[in-house]
Amino acid sequence: MANVALPQQLPEIEAPRGWQVISQVRRLPVVPILILLVVLVLPAIFADQLAPHDPLKGSLRNRLQPPAWTQAEVVNGVEVKPGGSWNHILGTDKQGRDMLSRIIHGARISLTVSLIAVFIAGLIGTTLGLMAGYYGGWVDHLVMRIVDIGLSIPAILLALVLVSAIGASFGTVIIVIGGIFWSRYARMVRGDTLSIKSQDFVSRARVAGASNRRIMVRHIFPNVANTVIVLGTLEIGQVILLEATLSFLGAGIPRPTPAWGLMVSDGRELIVNAWWVAMFPGVAILLTVLSLNLFGDWVRDRLDPKLQNV
Amino acid sequence: MQRFIMVRAFHSLIALVAISVIVFGLARITGNPLDVLLPIEATQEDFDRVQRAWGLDKPLPLQYFKYVSNIFQGNFGESLKWQDKTAGELVISRFPATLQLASLAMIVSVVIALPIGVIAAVKKDTGIDYAGKVVALLGQSLPSFWLGIVLMWIFAVQLDLLPTSGKGGISHMILPAITLGFFQVAAIMRLTRSSLLEVLDTEFVKLARIKGVSERKVIWKHCLRNALITPLTYFGLILGSFLTGSVVTETVFAWPGVGLLAIDAVRARDFQVVQTVVLFFATIYIFANLLVDITYAYLDPRIRYD
Repeated sequence: MANVALPQQLPEIEAPRGWQVISQVRRLPVVPILILLVVLVLPAIFADQLAPHDPLKGSLRNRLQPPAWTQAEVVNGVEVKPGGSWNHILGTDKQGRDMLSRIIHGARISLTVSLIAVFIAGLIGTTLGLMAGYYGGWVDHLVMRIVDIGLSIPAILLALVLVSAIGASFGTVIIVIGGIFWSRYARMVRGDTLSIKSQDFVSRARVAGASNRRIMVRHIFPNVANTVIVLGTLEIGQVILLEATLSFLGAGIPRPTPAWGLMVSDGRELIVNAWWVAMFPGVAILLTVLSLNLFGDWVRDRLDPKLQNV
Repeated sequence: MQRFIMVRAFHSLIALVAISVIVFGLARITGNPLDVLLPIEATQEDFDRVQRAWGLDKPLPLQYFKYVSNIFQGNFGESLKWQDKTAGELVISRFPATLQLASLAMIVSVVIALPIGVIAAVKKDTGIDYAGKVVALLGQSLPSFWLGIVLMWIFAVQLDLLPTSGKGGISHMILPAITLGFFQVAAIMRLTRSSLLEVLDTEFVKLARIKGVSERKVIWKHCLRNALITPLTYFGLILGSFLTGSVVTETVFAWPGVGLLAIDAVRARDFQVVQTVVLFFATIYIFANLLVDITYAYLDPRIRYD
């Protein structure tokens, strides 16, 4: 058989620009994005305009109204269970507060907490990861040891200790979540930094007289930015879930703030008579986290497919 | 191997010390614990007396040393909420309930997850595999506390088959165990699937097939034995989520275990008890991970510290 030399590199065939854009748009996870907009983003931004009622003020006369589509139950001409009214589409809670309005305002809490917490975690994790990978030596040892320890304490337990020491508040939740989630950034960024710093452009920058800080910020960081963004989007869902869990346990956002986890907690004791109080906020959490996970997967596949197993 | 165990055990010890420092430090950074503990009408003399009696006037490192040496003597401090008991006694008395729930949940999740994981791997890209993926995605996205409440609503309130909450016979355990187990189902299933897929592709499996071993025997005997090593090494992680999961599940179903104790203590700001529970859980978790790592190193000689 004749030896046929294969070309070392096949010529890259580039699709026309317009087609590329269309194919990207077509692959967008449309349903998750729509759900995210409807359940999380739009309510969070326009809560005051969208909510039909005040989320904190209720009237006891309207307490525990069922959702609008519930029919009144009448036995022998006497109403034993009241029906719903379109004034409170998703019903009201024990204090007569409108469920829909509370869920809409709850989106604002979820989004704010998760964005700030993810940002803080990303900032700490990326900084420490860059330093550990770049400097190596004892810095690396120290940081990685802290990461190991951080990963070896179950998150909820750490949160419980912090909350019982400092007290539950908006700030505590953010500190707790930021303090728990930074270690994954540190680990990934350190790994990337290790491989990037041995490349030529880094040593050339050093020869050109760039300071360590400049090399880290201007030369290495842009190369790990994708990893950070992907981890961030993948983690927002988990952060929302953790915040809701902490609030549910009474170790998160304090009452009477309309946080989704708190609302489910209020509904737990009412489950026999008023299922809607626990049900709807839970659906909001589920839809949000589910879509965020799907969206995060998509972002990962676009930007950084090597993170497949994260 | 010996060196590996030594180094690994040393790391675990560091983690434990770190956790005790964190727990101890948090109790102190919030100011003098007596501010919260003593009643408002306490005078300055009362204050000083208790402070001296408890050694709170000593420097912090000395206090930490005292705290640790007390722990080694089995003294975890007094509970505020449950006046007649010490924190250590409380945790020990609640532990059997948690253990019961966790073991039932573990059995439930393995019994459900393992067969589905195997079938999903064997019948890759079919309806069952796809259903498995959906379950796994739900496992990542469902709030566990909410799942518990939904199950309670369906099976206890609507169908009236099971009790809503509290401790009692086996019927009280079914819903909490399913809630706690569900999240492991997703994890164990995916792990079994992916590691089985890897094994199915190896030479010895092809050989077994060529030799005419029945398909059932190939999968359940030849492959599964090798494939199970990976899920086993995740036992530490899974145990960790059982521990934290028990906090949530016990709160939902009012199951009187260590997790509910922790939450009640947090609500009453009974810091000694929270501290003890966290140390207790963290010790179990770290110890389990140490055991897993040693087992793994024993099974796979490539894993060593040089």
